[in-house]
Amino acid sequence: MSDHDHENGHGAPASDEHGHSTEISHVTPVRMLIAVWGALMVLTVITVGVTVVDLGSQTNLVVAMTIATIKAGLVVTYFMHLRWDRPFHTLIFLGSLLFVSLFISMTLLDKSEYEGDIQEMYLKKGQ
Amino acid sequence: MAQLVADQVPPHEPSGGHGHADAEHAANPYLAHHFDTPKHQFDSGKLGIWIFLITEILFFGGLFCAYAIYRSLHPDIFVYAHYYLDTFWGALNTGVLILSSLTAAWAVRNAQLGEQKKLIFNIVATIALAFCFLGVKYVEYSHKFHEGTLPGRYFNPTHEVWELESYQKAHGQHGSATAAEGHAAAGHEAAEPAGHAAPAGGEAKQPPPGAPVRPRNVGVFFSIYFCMTGLHGIHVVAGIITWGWLLRRAIRGEFGPAHFGAVDYAALYWHLVDLIWIYLFPLLYLIH
Repeated sequence: MSDHDHENGHGAPASDEHGHSTEISHVTPVRMLIAVWGALMVLTVITVGVTVVDLGSQTNLVVAMTIATIKAGLVVTYFMHLRWDRPFHTLIFLGSLLFVSLFISMTLLDKSEYEGDIQEMYLKKGQ
Repeated sequence: MAQLVADQVPPHEPSGGHGHADAEHAANPYLAHHFDTPKHQFDSGKLGIWIFLITEILFFGGLFCAYAIYRSLHPDIFVYAHYYLDTFWGALNTGVLILSSLTAAWAVRNAQLGEQKKLIFNIVATIALAFCFLGVKYVEYSHKFHEGTLPGRYFNPTHEVWELESYQKAHGQHGSATAAEGHAAAGHEAAEPAGHAAPAGGEAKQPPPGAPVRPRNVGVFFSIYFCMTGLHGIHVVAGIITWGWLLRRAIRGEFGPAHFGAVDYAALYWHLVDLIWIYLFPLLYLIH
């Protein structure tokens, strides 16, 4: 049943708490995992706390998105291993973000295109 | 998730004709015959799961786009509607999901090191936290069904916004302190049709002075809310199914230093689900 001990090239003891690699992939140290989790929790508390402060709706949105992006960066870099992974995976990941932002910004460019028609429609309906 | 299957190939009979990789294959029953080494197999699967995650990001991108368009056109609706959401539940679920990301990442480490018992524990913890997340979502959804904060034209709340605790907290007891916050932008002031505005039995409610007028089409916020959280919730369900399958395999002792790919790929998927929630939480619950 338990076939987990063979083929470990480094012969590392299972209780090793320090970062090391199997021959296949990097193993994230426990301390690092918990530190990242702690940072994510702290940032969550901050992002909730900061909504009490009125910075103007625009600034509040920017602050919230910045904190979310820092959190996302931590998750991707450490939990998702990109720091030790092939750079190609980072490339395609950032590529997808590029295309999503292109998608959203290009669509936002003509968001008001039909606003006139919409207002006219509501005027006709008498609202 | 075809790439997960690559790792699941049943032990095959050692057969001739594979040249130099024969010894490797004989020693590792989980190494599929079309891969030379465990690393070769792992890297192929990893590329596969990353490409899948990319399509997921683009998939959710459509909803984020809808959100961006609608919020930039009608910020008043988002400010008005977000009082109907309870930040406490949203924040709690953020914590739950982040903790489950930790247990998922830990499970990968356990699988890599062949720590059998810890692996099972962390998979069970991840599944339990995922159910916890869905439980909170159930509380939130059923509250919304009861309160009539539903998508589109079904939006017919039993409470006006100034009656909500979240609104009173932000604006003082009578909701008059910050009347001129710009909730009612010109052109969006029109109230809902009378039939919508007055829930049964609540016609006589008088808004306090300075209370915001309900903007037109508040229901669209809840259309976006239910679409985004609903699609995310479906992903959580898919995650639970995947972790359940991995739990079964882990109990059978199928993971170890040379074959932990499936755990790693599932964890990557799980982190992406967490990642999307990290953006959904401030966008839906923390509107200012």
